[in-house]
Amino acid sequence: MKNNIKYLLVGIAFGIVFVKAEVISWFRIQEMFRLQSFHMFGVIGSAIAVGILSVWLIKKFNIKTINGEAITFTPKTFNKGQIYGGLIFGFGWAITGACPGPLFAQIGTGATVISITLISAIAGTWVYGRFKDHLPH
Amino acid sequence: MSILEFIKQPWPWYVAGPLIGMTVPILLLIGNKAFGISSSLRHICAACMPAKIPFFQYDWKKEAWNLFFVAGIFLGGFIATSLLSNPSNIVLNPKLVTELSGYGITDYQAMVPVQLFNWSSLFTLRGLIMMVGGGFLVGFGTRYAGGCTSGHAIMGISTLQWPSLVATCCFMTGGFIMANYILPYILLLG
Repeated sequence: MKNNIKYLLVGIAFGIVFVKAEVISWFRIQEMFRLQSFHMFGVIGSAIAVGILSVWLIKKFNIKTINGEAITFTPKTFNKGQIYGGLIFGFGWAITGACPGPLFAQIGTGATVISITLISAIAGTWVYGRFKDHLPH
Repeated sequence: MSILEFIKQPWPWYVAGPLIGMTVPILLLIGNKAFGISSSLRHICAACMPAKIPFFQYDWKKEAWNLFFVAGIFLGGFIATSLLSNPSNIVLNPKLVTELSGYGITDYQAMVPVQLFNWSSLFTLRGLIMMVGGGFLVGFGTRYAGGCTSGHAIMGISTLQWPSLVATCCFMTGGFIMANYILPYILLLG
């Protein structure tokens, strides 16, 4: 519990950035998919650039965690789920204007009805788990 | 301009993007954790309704940090709106404003358009498709793809995983098809 408070704090900072940069705005997501604004592409692109640079630095200088533990990376393997699931998530992203993280932030801004969208997303995850073995991967 | 007034303005992409990117090294450095948010939905399933499904049979308590992280995102949304909010409406491309006004969407005060997403429209056809259907696609699709924008587009590409690049291209393609070719018909349902 105590150990997890630091993740709560990182989450709070992250949620504030989401709102202040309008990343969780349904309108900004529509602009992105209609290619009417650079804003979201700039946010995602510069986030990836900072991510690539920091992972490169961690690997290059063999940086350890604050507890002195070695940092590990799990490689991802390709399967067709990344294509089918990716397209399905894209459909949902454009309808709701939210990925999983922004759903939590949107509820925090007072859009209480988005809790229904979140419950439905949890149900979608459950249905995937239930029928996983019958889906092409 | 005071610091608070400065913070209250909408933040440009070149401030927000790097701050979001910094989440990758921060999570690695404070606990060797890979950035990824959609896993939280799986942990909630594993904790609340595992139903003997192998996919939900694992020690979710070990991953509880992820649930604290999303609880923080919720609180961050609350803090930013109650203490740091900007009173003026969002500034959008005029083409989008014209298009949306054709569907009766004219209120730009909130992050989520109140004319589309509200309790009384939940049981209209448009409301059901957008809130319940949209949410289902987000949850089902991210798990099928093995991650979302954070896990694949940011963490995955940051660690140079090509499957994550494929997933990210599919996210964008799906969003492009929906927003331009399907969503306009859903919005017309009124």
